Amino acid sequence: MRRDDGESLLWVDRHYVHEGSFHAFGKLAERGAEVAEPGLTFGVADHYVPTRGSRRNIANPELARMVRQLEDNCARHGIKLFGLDDSRQGIVHVVGPEQSLTLPGLLVVCGDSHTSTHGALGAYAFGIGASEVAHVLMTQTIWQKKPRRLRVRVDGVLPPGISAKDIVLAIIASIGADGATGCAVEFSGAAIRALSMEGRLTLCNMSIEAGARCGVVAPDAATVAYLKDRPYAPTGLAFDQAVEAWSKLATDEGATFDHEVALDATKIAPIVTWGTSPQDALPIDASAPDPTRESNPERAQYLRQALDYMGIAPGKKLTEIAIDRVFIGSCTNARIEDLRAAAAVLAGRASKVPGLVSPGSTLVKRQAEDEGLDRIFREAGLEWGESGCSMCVGINGDVVGPGERCASTTNRNFRGRQGPGARTHLMSPAMVAAAAVTGHLADVRELLHGRKV
Amino acid sequence: MEKFTKLTGTACPINQSNLNTDQILPARFLKWTRAMGFGKVLFHDLRFDAEGREKSDFPLNKPAWRESTIIVSARNFGCGSSREAAVYALYDFGVRCVIAPSFGDIFAGNAVQNGLLTAAVADEEAAEIMEALAQMSELPVTVDLEQQTILCGNRTYKFATDPIRRMRLLNGWDDLALTENYRERINAFKADDKIKRPYATPREQL
Repeated sequence: MRRDDGESLLWVDRHYVHEGSFHAFGKLAERGAEVAEPGLTFGVADHYVPTRGSRRNIANPELARMVRQLEDNCARHGIKLFGLDDSRQGIVHVVGPEQSLTLPGLLVVCGDSHTSTHGALGAYAFGIGASEVAHVLMTQTIWQKKPRRLRVRVDGVLPPGISAKDIVLAIIASIGADGATGCAVEFSGAAIRALSMEGRLTLCNMSIEAGARCGVVAPDAATVAYLKDRPYAPTGLAFDQAVEAWSKLATDEGATFDHEVALDATKIAPIVTWGTSPQDALPIDASAPDPTRESNPERAQYLRQALDYMGIAPGKKLTEIAIDRVFIGSCTNARIEDLRAAAAVLAGRASKVPGLVSPGSTLVKRQAEDEGLDRIFREAGLEWGESGCSMCVGINGDVVGPGERCASTTNRNFRGRQGPGARTHLMSPAMVAAAAVTGHLADVRELLHGRKV
Repeated sequence: MEKFTKLTGTACPINQSNLNTDQILPARFLKWTRAMGFGKVLFHDLRFDAEGREKSDFPLNKPAWRESTIIVSARNFGCGSSREAAVYALYDFGVRCVIAPSFGDIFAGNAVQNGLLTAAVADEEAAEIMEALAQMSELPVTVDLEQQTILCGNRTYKFATDPIRRMRLLNGWDDLALTENYRERINAFKADDKIKRPYATPREQL
C-alpha cells in the first residue's frame, strides 16, 4: 500500500538476523513485543564467530556472549537459527542463497549493508539499520520509497582470469562510491548473463559500495538450475509454478531507466584497489596516482591522504607493492567457485606471506575439502579456517595488524576496516592468490599459463 | 523520537569525502550497548591515536568545535555499513544535523529514525560553508527544517532533504506508530498473498 507522501508499506518475505541484531531485539524487549513472523525470520551466527579454535567453547568471553545473545533471542522468539552447532552455519549472505531461503521476487532485508547480495537471485534485497530491523521484527513490513533506476550493461566476453569482482570494481571505479546512491541497480548484458550464480552474488554484493539501495540480476535458466533441489526451495509442481512466476520478473523490453551505464567486458583487466575507498580501483598494470599531477586541489588532497594512509609512494607501480598477508573470505568472495579460482593459482606453489582462508559457509568448507582445495591452501602455507565474517570486518579477533598490508577478497578497503591501522587492497580470489605466491600485487594472468581456470 | 525544527549551534567542518560508518564508529565498538556511551568513541580512530591520546589536528578536538551540534562534511557521508550505532555515536555526542553534498542511503534512513537531520547541499556550498568555518570557527550556523535553509554568517543556503523524512523529523513521528494503523490491511495482504505467491512461504523448517 502506498501513502499519500509516496512511501509504500512493503511486506517482507525474508528477514535475516545475526549477532549484531541485538539492538533491535532490545527494542522489542523494551516494548514487550513479539516477533510477528518467526517463520519468515532466520538467524545466522557469522559476525563474531571464531574461525579458529573451539567453536563450542569460545575462549573469548565477549565473542561467546555475542553468539549466546543471538541464540537466546532466536530461542525466545522461535526463530530458526543456523548457529555454531549447525552444519549449515556460515555467512548470512552465503547461507541465505545456499539454503534457497532467498528466492526470486522476494523482498529480503537484513541489518547488514551487504544484503544487496541476494539480488543476484532476482530478489529485492537491501540492508537496514537497527530501528528498521525492530520494525520488521514487530510488523514484518517496511516503509520504502520507490528508488531511482540505474541499469549497468556489461556486454562482451570476459577474458580468462577476469571475474565478477573485476567487473564490479571496474563499475565502482567508473561511477564512484556514491554513483548509485538512491538507485536500484539492474546488472544486464551478455557478460552478466554468462556469470555463474556465485559471480552474480559477488556482483550484487558490492553494489552497495557504489551506494546502491540494491542490485539485481533478472532470474534466468542459471537461477532456476541453481535453486532446483535446494533445501528450502519449493519442490515438484510448486517449483514449476514458481519458475513460471519468476519468468515474469525480468525487465520489460523497452523499459526506461533514470540512468544507464555501459561497460565492455573484453576491456576489463584484473583490478586492485590502491586507496581507502572501493572507488580507488585501477587495473593491475597501472601505477598509483600522483597528487602533484592532479589539477583539482580537493582531489589532490584526497589522493595525498589516501596514499599516506596506505603507505604508497605517489606514482608507484601497483605490481611493486609488497604485501604482508592475504585473506580469502567474506560474503563477497568465499563461495566454492571463489575458492576454486584461488586454488587454481596456488596449486603446487607456496605463499610468500601468511594468510587465512575462511570459507563462506560450513557447507562450502565441506565441499572444498571434498575437492581437496583445503590441501592446496594448506600446502601453500595458508591457514584453513572455519566460516564467518572473519577478517573482513575484524570483530571476531581475526585482524590485520597496524600498518600491515593485506591482499583481500573482501568488499571494503576503508581505513581500519580490517583492524586499526590496517591497509587493505581489494581484488578477486585469483588475484589474492597471485599476490600470495609473488609476495606483491601481481597480474594473475601471468600465473595461469597451462592451468585450468 | 525528538522533533527537529530549527537548530542554532556550533558547526564543525570535517573536509573528507566518503567518511564511512567505519570511521564514524569503528566496528570493534559495535558490541557496546547504547548505555555505554557511543558519543565518547565517535570518530574514534580519527580523533585518538593508538595510545588513546587526542589527535590535535582532528577538527572535533579543536577547542572551538568540541561541543559541536552540527557537522559539515564532503560527499557520501555515512557510506558503508548499516550500523545504526554510527548514528547513535553522532547523536549521543550531541550532533543533531550533518550537512554534506550526499549521504549513504542506509545511514540517512537510520538518521531519521533517531532525530538526526541529514541536510544535502551542493558540493561547492558544502566547501564554502567548511571554508567559512575554517576562517571563523565560532561562526554560528542555523539550520531551519521548516524553511529548509542553512544560515552561515551572512549567507543563506537552501538544502534538500527527503520530503517524507522532513515530515517525520518535524513531527517526531515514529514508524511503528504509523504502521500500527495499517494492521488490518497487513493481515489482509498476508492472507491474499499466501494464495497468490505460494512459493514465498518457505518449506517447513528443517
